[in-house]
Amino acid sequence: MENHQVNLFRRFVLLPVCLLLLTGCAAPTLYTWGQYEELIYVSYTAPGKLSPEMQIEKMEEDYQKARATNKRMPPGWHAQLGYLYYQTGKVDQAHQEFLTEKAEFPESTVFIDRLLINFKKQ
Amino acid sequence: MFCTVGIAVLLLALTGCATRTPYDYTNYRLHPPRSILVLPPLNESTAVEGTYGYLSTVTRPIAELGYYVFPVAVVDQFLKENGMPTAGEMHQVPLNKAWDVVGADAVLFATLKQYGSKYQVVNSATVVQVQARLVDTRTGLLLWEGEAIAQQNSGGTGNIIGDLIAAAVTQAINAGTDAAHEVCPQANTMLFYTKDHGLLYGPYHPKYGSAGN
Repeated sequence: MENHQVNLFRRFVLLPVCLLLLTGCAAPTLYTWGQYEELIYVSYTAPGKLSPEMQIEKMEEDYQKARATNKRMPPGWHAQLGYLYYQTGKVDQAHQEFLTEKAEFPESTVFIDRLLINFKKQ
Repeated sequence: MFCTVGIAVLLLALTGCATRTPYDYTNYRLHPPRSILVLPPLNESTAVEGTYGYLSTVTRPIAELGYYVFPVAVVDQFLKENGMPTAGEMHQVPLNKAWDVVGADAVLFATLKQYGSKYQVVNSATVVQVQARLVDTRTGLLLWEGEAIAQQNSGGTGNIIGDLIAAAVTQAINAGTDAAHEVCPQANTMLFYTKDHGLLYGPYHPKYGSAGN
C-alpha cells in the first residue's frame, strides 16, 4: 500500500512538478513577436514582395494569436501596424493603432503625436 | 543531403570572458533610460544588405530586456522624410533632437564592422561583427558600449567529393539569401546579454533595478 502511494505521488505530483520546472526554465518572453521582425526584414530586402495590405494581414493574424494567449505585442508593434494602415489610406485604423501604441507604451507619446501631426498635414 | 554537412557554431567573445573586468555602469545607473531609439547601423562591411539585415534584428533583444524600443522602420522612414536619407546622416542627428522630436531617453548607435560570408573550397564562414554605443539624449553621456563577433562555420565531413558537392550547393543557396542575417541574433545575444558587459535590465523587465544584467 505504501509503495502504491509512493508510486502515485511520483506519477501525479513529482512528474508534473518536474515538467513544470523544466518548461519554466526556458525564459518566458515579455512579448509575442510573431512575424514582426521578419516582415520588417522582408519589406527592406524584397520591397514589393509583400504589399502593405499583406503585411497588415499577417500582423493582424499574429495579433489574434497573441490575444488568445493574453500576451502583449512588443514595443513599436502597434505603431508599425498603424503606419502600414496609413500607407494603404486607412486613416481611421492608422489613428486607432497609434493611440493603442501610446496607451500601451506612454514612452512613445512624443513620437506618436509628432507622426499624427505630420499625417494631418499631408 | 547537404543538411548533413556539419554546422559548427562558434561564438567568439572579443577577449576572454574570464579575464575581462566588468563594464563600468556608473553613468548608466545615474541616467537609466526607459526608451531607446535604435538607428540603422553604420555599415563598414562590404555587404550593402547589412544595414537592414541587421536593423530588423535589434528590436527584440533590447525590448525583451525591458526597454521601450521605437519602431525601427517607422523611425527610419520618418528620418528619411526629414532630410536624412542614409544611416550616416541619421548618426549625425543632434541628441537634443532625438529627445525633443522623438522623446527618446537614449540613442543606440551601432556600427557593422563585418557582415557576410567567406567561402573556401569546402567550407564557409559567416561573420557578423558589431559595435554599439548607448548615449543619453539629455546629457550626451555615454551610458554603455560594447562589441561582439558571431561566426557560423559550415565545414566539410572529410568525404572530399561529397563535401565539394555540398559546398557548391551551400554557396548557391547562400548566394541567393543573406546568411549573415541569420547570425545577427547570436551577435546581439553576445553584445546585449553577456553578464557584466551587456545592457542592464529596463523598466518593463521583472528584474529591473536588480544588481545584475
